[in-house]
Amino acid sequence: MDLLNDLALGFSTALAIQNILYCFVGVLLGTAVGVLPGIGPTATVAMLLPITFSFEPVTALIMLAGIYYGAQYGGSTTAILINLPGESSAAVTALDGHAMARQGRAGAALAAAAIGSFIAGTVATVVLAVAAPPLARVALQFGPAEYFSLVLLGLIVSIALARGTALKALAMIALGVLLGTVGQDIYTGTPRFVFDRRELYGGIDFVSVAVGMFGVAEILRNLENEQASTAITSRVRNLWPTREDWRRMAGPIARATGLGSALGVLPGGGHVLASFTSYAVEKRISKRPQEFGNGAIEGVAGPESANNAAAQTSFIPLLTLGLPAHPVMALMVGAFIVHGITPGPNVITDEPALFWGLIASMWIGNVLLVLLNLPLIGLWVRMLRIPYKVLFPMIILFAAIGTYSLSFNAYDVYTIVFFGILGYILIKCGCEPAPLLLGFVLGPLLEENMRRALIISRGDATVFLTRPISAVLLVLAVAALVLAVLPAIRKRREVVFTEEE
Amino acid sequence: MERRRSFPDVVVGTIFVLIGGAFVVGSLGYELGTPLRMGPGAFPLLVGAIVAALGLAIVVKGFIAGEVIPFGRIPWRAIAAIVVALLFFGFTVRGLGFVVTSAVTALVTTLASSRVRLLTAVAVAAGLTVASTLIFVVGLQLRLPLWGPWLGF
Repeated sequence: MDLLNDLALGFSTALAIQNILYCFVGVLLGTAVGVLPGIGPTATVAMLLPITFSFEPVTALIMLAGIYYGAQYGGSTTAILINLPGESSAAVTALDGHAMARQGRAGAALAAAAIGSFIAGTVATVVLAVAAPPLARVALQFGPAEYFSLVLLGLIVSIALARGTALKALAMIALGVLLGTVGQDIYTGTPRFVFDRRELYGGIDFVSVAVGMFGVAEILRNLENEQASTAITSRVRNLWPTREDWRRMAGPIARATGLGSALGVLPGGGHVLASFTSYAVEKRISKRPQEFGNGAIEGVAGPESANNAAAQTSFIPLLTLGLPAHPVMALMVGAFIVHGITPGPNVITDEPALFWGLIASMWIGNVLLVLLNLPLIGLWVRMLRIPYKVLFPMIILFAAIGTYSLSFNAYDVYTIVFFGILGYILIKCGCEPAPLLLGFVLGPLLEENMRRALIISRGDATVFLTRPISAVLLVLAVAALVLAVLPAIRKRREVVFTEEE
Repeated sequence: MERRRSFPDVVVGTIFVLIGGAFVVGSLGYELGTPLRMGPGAFPLLVGAIVAALGLAIVVKGFIAGEVIPFGRIPWRAIAAIVVALLFFGFTVRGLGFVVTSAVTALVTTLASSRVRLLTAVAVAAGLTVASTLIFVVGLQLRLPLWGPWLGF
């Protein structure tokens, strides 16, 4: 049994003391930033990335991954208790979760979210372990033309991540790709758009872009309207769900696990889509659709399971193709590269301990999260009382220190100012920052593979259409683009997103 | 259909046009090459043109059927405080050292909130300085000098 051997290797790596420790630190931090409004996993991972440079690669990735899926857990806590989703994927959880909390059933809602997430996370980790190796083998046969088409598909699918119009999301992606061209050209070494600044020769640092767009801009957004902090309405008791709850939860959890695992694999699709879809499915097949919105436990268990399953399987494109499906994944690509590992199909054969260790750590992380969240729920509730006027200076200061320590270059700090302001203006005008960051990270890959494919084909641009895999991927990309722009579907998306407000 | 003019759409579309256009102009200064061997200018030229075209589409749409977005007020005080704080950090961290720079940065940032009193701001800044020194310098062993040469000791 190859899989068992591989998993054994993974667990022996993940169970090393320092790996468990940093897995714990990761999920703890992840839960914290998921609970705290105003800071998300993207900004956190970006700020902490420089610190992990001195770690062993596997330890660094285990911790960063822990922050990512830990935030999914934490985000549901605030959604249920104070109707404030800490993470965008928890937005649908707030609908029924908060209704349950108002009826005094916050405990059952939190338990449903945690249990559903745990089951879904466990199953999705197995899916990841089973599906990744064959996919990596397929990916090994990809040439530059296929990679170009795949990256293009991933970028276009990421429109689904964005609120607002598809046109703006598309413009944000293209802007990200454009900003990614700053720095020395890979083939000729010509410095492009550097204004004779040595600091720009290596390109704009993606950590600065992420911290600026997701940290600084978000804080400016929150400081527009300063209100007194929301009072927490309910005290949490009766954590354990009733027998009736269990019966009603089982179906949604099972369905959402499958749904989330599948949607998480889509490059750019990810966990937000999964939780919205799961909610829609449960509402449609329920015998009591009128209960949805008024505290149906299915409406908590389903989306929460779906987003956690998707959070796990969204590592599949990262680990097999080197394609990030989420801004956090884009940052993890950076973490791989800093440690001298090129993310992609070779990771699984060149670094088996890292690959399987990371997968095993996700299961361990899910166990830790259940232990952290259910008995310690009181602690997280208390953390909500930290006033924002203490929180945002902390984020700004840590952002400055974190980006400065990247390479001890003040220029990186000025970059977060620039992207903070740019991001703020763009967000204020209805453009989401996530597509820009994905475009920024994937842009250089797009250019490199496009030029390499053209060199191999002797300048024949039809190579992207004559190679079958590449052609299929391009057709999918066009289909995704058409779907995103079609008015009917756009209206559906708007409905889904207005429901969350 | 009712004509809805959207100010944010026009603004953001113009930004896309300007940035895309700037990159297009800039990339014309580099070698474009042939399809077989694309020069350093070709890809930015292509993408810059796409950004500018999409920006133009957003502007046009903003005049005809824009997306109505509540613009809200602009927190000038917060923007000023945070920009100054971050620039200060970049300029002085080498010269003044970690402790003084962190303290001033945190203090200036705290003033971004219009609901904060000076005493609270000082307390928050002091607490954050101690915390970040413990976390980053003592705990994580970042190679940052605590006190810088500008302080004269």
